[in-house]
Amino acid sequence: MIPNKFDYHRATSVDEAIRLMAQHGMDAKLLAGGHSLLPAMKLRLNQPGVLVDIGRLAELRYIKKEGDSLVIGAGATHDDIANSDMARSTLSMLSEAANLIGDVQVRNKGTLGGSLAHADPAADWPAVMIAAHANIELRGPNGSRTVSADDFFTGFYMTALAEDEIITAIRIPAPPKGTHSSYQKFMQPASRFAIVGCAASVTKDGGVCQKVSVALTGLSDTAFRASNVEAALTGKKLTKENIAAAAQAAGEGVMAMGDHFASEEYRLHLAKVFAKRALMAAAE
Amino acid sequence: MTNYIGKAVKRVEDKRFITGKGRYTDDIILPGMTHAYIVRSPYAHARISSVDTSAAEAIEGVVKVFTGKDIAESGINGIPTGWQVNFKNGDTMKEPPHPLLVSDKARYMGDAVAIVIAESREIARDAGDMVEVEYEELPAVADAKKATEAGAPLVHDDAPNNMCFDWELGNPKAEVDEAMSKAHHITTLEFVNQRVIPNAIEPRSAIGHFEESSDKYTLYTTSQNPHLTRLLMCAFVLGIPEHKVRVVAPDVGGGFGSKIFHYAEEALVIWCSQRLKRPVKWTADRSEAFMTDAHGRDHVTKAEMGFDKDGKIMGLRVKTYANLGAYLSTFAPCVPTWLHGTLMQGLYTTPKINVDVTGVFTHTVMVDAYRGAGRPEATYLLERLMDTAALEMKIDPAELRRKNFIPAFDGVKQAGYQTQVALQYDSGNYQGVLKRALEMVGYEKFREEQKAARKDGKLLGIGFSTYIEACGIAPSAVVGALGARAGLYEVGQVRVQPTGKVSVYTGSHSHGQGHETTFAQVVADRLGIPMDDVEIIHGDSESVAFGMGTYGSRSLAVGGSAIVKSLDKIIEKGAKIAAHKLEASEEDLEFAEGKWTVKGTDKSVGFGDVALTAYVPHNYPAGLEPGLDFSSFYDPANFTYPFGAHIAIVEVDQDTGKVSLKRFIAVDDVGNVINPMIVDGQIHGGLAQGIGQALLEGAVYDENGQLINGSYMDYTMPRADDLPSFEIDRQVTPCPHNPLGVKGAGEAGTIGSTPAVVNAVMDALSPFGIKNLEMPLTPERVWRAMNS
Amino acid sequence: MATTIQVTVNGKAYSHDVDPRTLLVQYLRDVLGLTGTHVGCDTSNCGACTILVDGKAVKSCTMLAVQADGSEVKTIEGMADNGTLHPLQEGFREEHGLQCGFCTPGMIMTSADLLERNPNPTEHEIREALEGNFCRCTGYHNIVKSVQYAAKKISNQEKVA
Repeated sequence: MIPNKFDYHRATSVDEAIRLMAQHGMDAKLLAGGHSLLPAMKLRLNQPGVLVDIGRLAELRYIKKEGDSLVIGAGATHDDIANSDMARSTLSMLSEAANLIGDVQVRNKGTLGGSLAHADPAADWPAVMIAAHANIELRGPNGSRTVSADDFFTGFYMTALAEDEIITAIRIPAPPKGTHSSYQKFMQPASRFAIVGCAASVTKDGGVCQKVSVALTGLSDTAFRASNVEAALTGKKLTKENIAAAAQAAGEGVMAMGDHFASEEYRLHLAKVFAKRALMAAAE
Repeated sequence: MTNYIGKAVKRVEDKRFITGKGRYTDDIILPGMTHAYIVRSPYAHARISSVDTSAAEAIEGVVKVFTGKDIAESGINGIPTGWQVNFKNGDTMKEPPHPLLVSDKARYMGDAVAIVIAESREIARDAGDMVEVEYEELPAVADAKKATEAGAPLVHDDAPNNMCFDWELGNPKAEVDEAMSKAHHITTLEFVNQRVIPNAIEPRSAIGHFEESSDKYTLYTTSQNPHLTRLLMCAFVLGIPEHKVRVVAPDVGGGFGSKIFHYAEEALVIWCSQRLKRPVKWTADRSEAFMTDAHGRDHVTKAEMGFDKDGKIMGLRVKTYANLGAYLSTFAPCVPTWLHGTLMQGLYTTPKINVDVTGVFTHTVMVDAYRGAGRPEATYLLERLMDTAALEMKIDPAELRRKNFIPAFDGVKQAGYQTQVALQYDSGNYQGVLKRALEMVGYEKFREEQKAARKDGKLLGIGFSTYIEACGIAPSAVVGALGARAGLYEVGQVRVQPTGKVSVYTGSHSHGQGHETTFAQVVADRLGIPMDDVEIIHGDSESVAFGMGTYGSRSLAVGGSAIVKSLDKIIEKGAKIAAHKLEASEEDLEFAEGKWTVKGTDKSVGFGDVALTAYVPHNYPAGLEPGLDFSSFYDPANFTYPFGAHIAIVEVDQDTGKVSLKRFIAVDDVGNVINPMIVDGQIHGGLAQGIGQALLEGAVYDENGQLINGSYMDYTMPRADDLPSFEIDRQVTPCPHNPLGVKGAGEAGTIGSTPAVVNAVMDALSPFGIKNLEMPLTPERVWRAMNS
Repeated sequence: MATTIQVTVNGKAYSHDVDPRTLLVQYLRDVLGLTGTHVGCDTSNCGACTILVDGKAVKSCTMLAVQADGSEVKTIEGMADNGTLHPLQEGFREEHGLQCGFCTPGMIMTSADLLERNPNPTEHEIREALEGNFCRCTGYHNIVKSVQYAAKKISNQEKVA
């Protein structure tokens, strides 16, 4: 219940946060909403010597349109996104996923950037961001760079984020006309993280799948794009049968995780079920 | 006339809880208080080679670190158990020592090794990490049945095969075997009634406070049972004089059994406080609570029920391995035996019953009473057998029950029902509750819906459970003969103040049950005074003379009856005073509506007037003592036997195996009802816990004895969105042997509901030929069954 | 290294030096003596510690006191208005939405957040909104009714006003 002792710095700007992180190096952790970090610290699974608080940086907390893109500040809370008409009208899976994270108290504090940086293999956002073709904007002492969500999640709690970088924003390109999306999740009943979550966006023209983007979370050490499902459906008529057949490819060749809630085999089965459900909902 | 009894009076205690003014143990801060952190074994079984406290003690703000060696050298005893069960051959059960801190060996993950006392919670926690313990990990066993097999690691060297006792009850085995051999059909089930974790939302906490100036000790603790804790701690553990010890259980945030028992931490904080001459507070983190609160259930069972060709039960044979954990908790030996075996009659006329139980030590935390305690296990077994037999014999499950029900009896004109397993039921009308439940569910209509749904690929199921339980625990002579080391009466004192206001002291303890309301309703009605004039005091050994605490749905049936006994004495003495004042003979008076009236006249004297006279006895009956204050011990004549019929309707998602509970109907008969709102609340809460066991909850130990789901991230608690609103109703068959006619409502919901839910899932899965699955019915278990 | 914070709790301004590792719930309980906010777990699941920070329900065990610097905090002790119970407090009492009382403050605070967003929630919406608050006593049945009671009472008050 009691975290280890640490030094606390509240950054007044992103640039200051970056300076502080560089100054304290490996010993420092960024604190945004704190809903991934503090639980780990209370159990002493994580014992940083320095916390740099970026939780109240207004420059990180926004949801806006820039040209055709939806841009979400890394400091936007899950609740901000759940209630954003702009997010919903861009891709409804954004608000669906936001509403399925934790509980209302968690959504009120937890941030999108924090969740992505933490990269819990059972988190919801990574799958959604991959399916949305999001680009993640990072800033460090040497300036800014952008990493696509596809490349961002590199392994079990691992990302492309460098020690001294901060996620500043998530940029989601406007989907083509006729695109609908859905996020479907099979919840771990205790933690309410995903045993399997599937984010799907489908661009439909005359009943035919022009473009499809599918990503899965919870299944293995990190969220990933289900390219084989996409390949199986692209150009096909969006019939129930075609969707079901494409969904069969979900999880193929993946090293699935297993625990006392769901074995490897069951997770792989659920991947197919939830890929189908997400695609069906997106294709409607 | 009653003004309060039977009415949904709003709770008196709520005001402090809804305004944040409840006072729970962890809320208490004493001057000079220190904080304790307990260093616990991460291994289920390990030899302790060394404990080095020097680094921890060097930290600024650490007051002292005590280890198992300090405890061993102090010569104090370990934690005792309150119940003795013998082996079949008459040998005494194995009762190995349970030291407050272990010095040689850790026997479960969480076994206490050292206690750090510091100036703050933070320092204690930091220093805890600096206590260096060298462990030599040893093989462990967590499963009860495996623990009895040859070659299993031993928990205690002097308990061969890890057996604490073996025990049987009922008809001789040969008679049951013979009855079964003649059966037309035998239904057999083998299953685990899984281990569940009580999870009162308030974690356990204890503050020990020794005052050197007066040589007095005060223990504040999260207990359902402060007097028994005092008795056990003083007489058996610490050897300190009981009259020098005050135990206070203030507001307690739920118990469900887990706070009945005397825990090592309670004795530890008192012992440490005595050593350090400062108050010592310990409060469990939830992770610690998961590891160290006594768990419930954990039976490995084979049960067989024989039927004749018409579906009449001919015999029941049960073999259970009951996991007791690493040490014996307060009521541990009693739960799988006398609270479990005695329920095997159920509501049925089964002529031959034999139940055989082996109590087993394992490298797991102690197992003891959890809401229902033995009775849910018995009910699960019986009611699962009934629905399974119905399916196998192609008889409607409701009809199969009706064929076997004990006919209605009121216990007054008709005698109580003598079971094959030691109990005599007090009163019952079992047909009645089932009939009402079937009406409420719309049984025939549901069966049609179910058929139609199956055609659409939807899996609906209905499950039944008609249960009985023995509560109102318990007649002292009976439990004494069965091995209890305490009496199970209750104490109730009624002190009428000179102004006619009434203070009532009860040995029962409320940790959610609403005693301050229900008991006050009884008192106010009996005395004919407003409820506002009555105060119920509980949970403090210094104000309440004695008590046996709250568990086994006993508060109102036993504790309430003790109060009624004292009220009778108050009214009797009051009549003497009133007769004197009215210059009438006592026999000519009647007491009603708070006054004594000379029969047939309008001459009367009020309760307040009599109270004042009792304390200002200027004009007073000769030879009568002043004062109006009586204490009574009530020892019940029998257990009470609530019963009911529960019906669950579920839907199973074929794709995922996920079970959704659609409806839950409960018709319970808990005897007379003082406050229907509170009784309904007790039923609701009980249902949620029983449903939780069926679908969600279960402690998981791996083969090394590691508890792998010891947090709310991993142990599934029922949440608001897991449950429907419940449909409940009541039948009233009064208890014939206590003055209030009440039976108890605290555990009924839990006891009845679990098998109803599992039966419903099995009904939904019947097209797949599935008859039995282990609880909790997690999606994967159900999915696997459908796909194998 | 202590950090100075300024917070307004239940309308009253406070300034304290706190160890940065102090959780907001510890600050409320141990420093301000507001023990109505409870701790039921260490994994941010049970919701017993729920309070309102700047009007929104948060788990005060998953927030450092230093993070609350400059914020408006409301706890269960601040819900009644000059002795008049908040409709939620009244609802929990009227509908027997509590037994042991330990989860109750958190339940009430989360429900306050819900009714602020959704003054007329359905049963389903209430159950979903309370998914982050555990109760072991009531089976949630009467908690749902308590929230419904409060919703109705608030909407009636607004009609009158």
